Amino acid sequence: MLDKRMTAADIVSQLHDGMTLGIGGWGPRRKPMALVREILRSDLKDLTIVAYGGADVGMLCAAGKVKKLVFAFVSLDAIPLEPWFRKAREAGQIEVLELDEGMFQWGLKAAAFGVPFLPTRVGLGTDLAALGGLKTVTSPYADAETLIAMPALKLDAALLHVNRSDWRGNVHLFGPDVYYDEWFAKAAAKTFVSCEELVDRMEDHYPDQAQANIFERCFVTGVVEMPCGAHPSSMPPSYGWDMKAFKAYADAAKEPGDWAAVADRFVGKSEADYLNSVGGKEAVAALPLPIF
Amino acid sequence: MTDVTLAELCIFAASEAFRNNGEIVATGVGPVPRLAASLAKLTHTPELMMTDGEAYLVEQPVPLGPRGDYKPKFAGYLPFSRFFDSAVWSGRRHAMVTPTQIDRFGQINLSQLGGTHKQPKTQMLGVRGFPGNTIYHPNSFFFPAHTSRVFVEGEVDMVSGVGYNPAKRVPGGNYSGVDLRVIVTNLCVMDFGGTNNAIRVVSLHPGVTFDEVQAATGFPLEKGALTETPLPDAEALAIIAQLDPHNIRASVIKDNPPAIRAH
Repeated sequence: MLDKRMTAADIVSQLHDGMTLGIGGWGPRRKPMALVREILRSDLKDLTIVAYGGADVGMLCAAGKVKKLVFAFVSLDAIPLEPWFRKAREAGQIEVLELDEGMFQWGLKAAAFGVPFLPTRVGLGTDLAALGGLKTVTSPYADAETLIAMPALKLDAALLHVNRSDWRGNVHLFGPDVYYDEWFAKAAAKTFVSCEELVDRMEDHYPDQAQANIFERCFVTGVVEMPCGAHPSSMPPSYGWDMKAFKAYADAAKEPGDWAAVADRFVGKSEADYLNSVGGKEAVAALPLPIF
Repeated sequence: MTDVTLAELCIFAASEAFRNNGEIVATGVGPVPRLAASLAKLTHTPELMMTDGEAYLVEQPVPLGPRGDYKPKFAGYLPFSRFFDSAVWSGRRHAMVTPTQIDRFGQINLSQLGGTHKQPKTQMLGVRGFPGNTIYHPNSFFFPAHTSRVFVEGEVDMVSGVGYNPAKRVPGGNYSGVDLRVIVTNLCVMDFGGTNNAIRVVSLHPGVTFDEVQAATGFPLEKGALTETPLPDAEALAIIAQLDPHNIRASVIKDNPPAIRAH
């Protein structure tokens, strides 16, 4: 099907318990939060989550959806320590594979290229290999160097939030940095994208911006238009992160500290309800871009 | 010069870590390291490369905090999406960071404290990029509170960054990129120039004694020349003030003490 439009519920219905799910973005930036909220409204469970983590990871951990987490950090930047992730870790609630940020993208690339691992020096001399069960390989060439064999991080599905897409999955990603979204898309058997703006035929609307098509439509399975779909994370140039919302979310981890009691506030019964509760599209559009 | 703060002295001392580093990306994480790298670029080492803190390379270091009318001017582009290929794994970077713990081998921890990996007592950020940074490019450190909780006895709880611990070195690995440079704290400046890269005190901030530093450290320190850490000159102070118009540096060290202790 060349028309890849789906609803968020359709997308979540294609996910299943126990699957390995990659989530694009970086910390509190460019996260497909509307799709994450749709998962939080579903019965999905026992997920292995692979992410440069922010509130996506925190919320999924808090809701008990996560069996295992593959991560290098989980952070909300200005709130450095993600409080719900901390609670889950300190309760011993999840399995983890902890990786360096660079090894992580290397594992996505191994998956994208269909090789079982890619070699790297990263991890040697640290506790990562022993804790994560990472093996070494020896270079077959004269140098005989010992390297970590970073295993492919094969994803059953990836979720991304992009700036725009057309019905066929021709995506445009722009803003200062698009992190490793391209490699999440290529590492996954299926990639579902939510977008700020959906158009029918990209070439009729933005023919001069094709360089923003950082991965090709063969890597896109489904598309859904979800304006403000990254909230409370940032989606430059459309809006910045909502630090007030992050603060409320972080405070709730202390008081009452019980996700079931606050999930409605941070997830909402529907995406429309959620968006209303944070002041609507106008309020999100007015969120200033962060200063670094 | 009596109103110079300890934070400003630390910035000036830390900027020396970047002297003559060449065309590499100088990354300072946190106000003091960032101001140090920026000061280095604006004074003795203009060839340093630097980002705006997000994704663009700038030739004029970007001031800290809200910018008012100031607009950074972008000379180049170095997003996370190509940071490992261009800067980290090519060795073309020197980072100054603040881990939660450091041990006598220079091993650092940013991941977790206590408990087990399955159930840490305190979960922190995760290892972030420390494993890659420390095996590929030079690293220096800044600690605003020099205590034995930071400079731990024994080894760090989770080795997130490579140090000079022979027991951790998998045979056959290439450790030629491991290059720990300078440690600046609220008490002193140290390096890794001791026996077998042991940590060595090289200068003491005005009024600080070696014994005081040793008492605040969980492992034995070696003694270097033990000079007095110099105060920043007027030019450096003016640049620091310009780069930090909101005086964020005043919040870094507890009570924002003066560089020269009141007796």
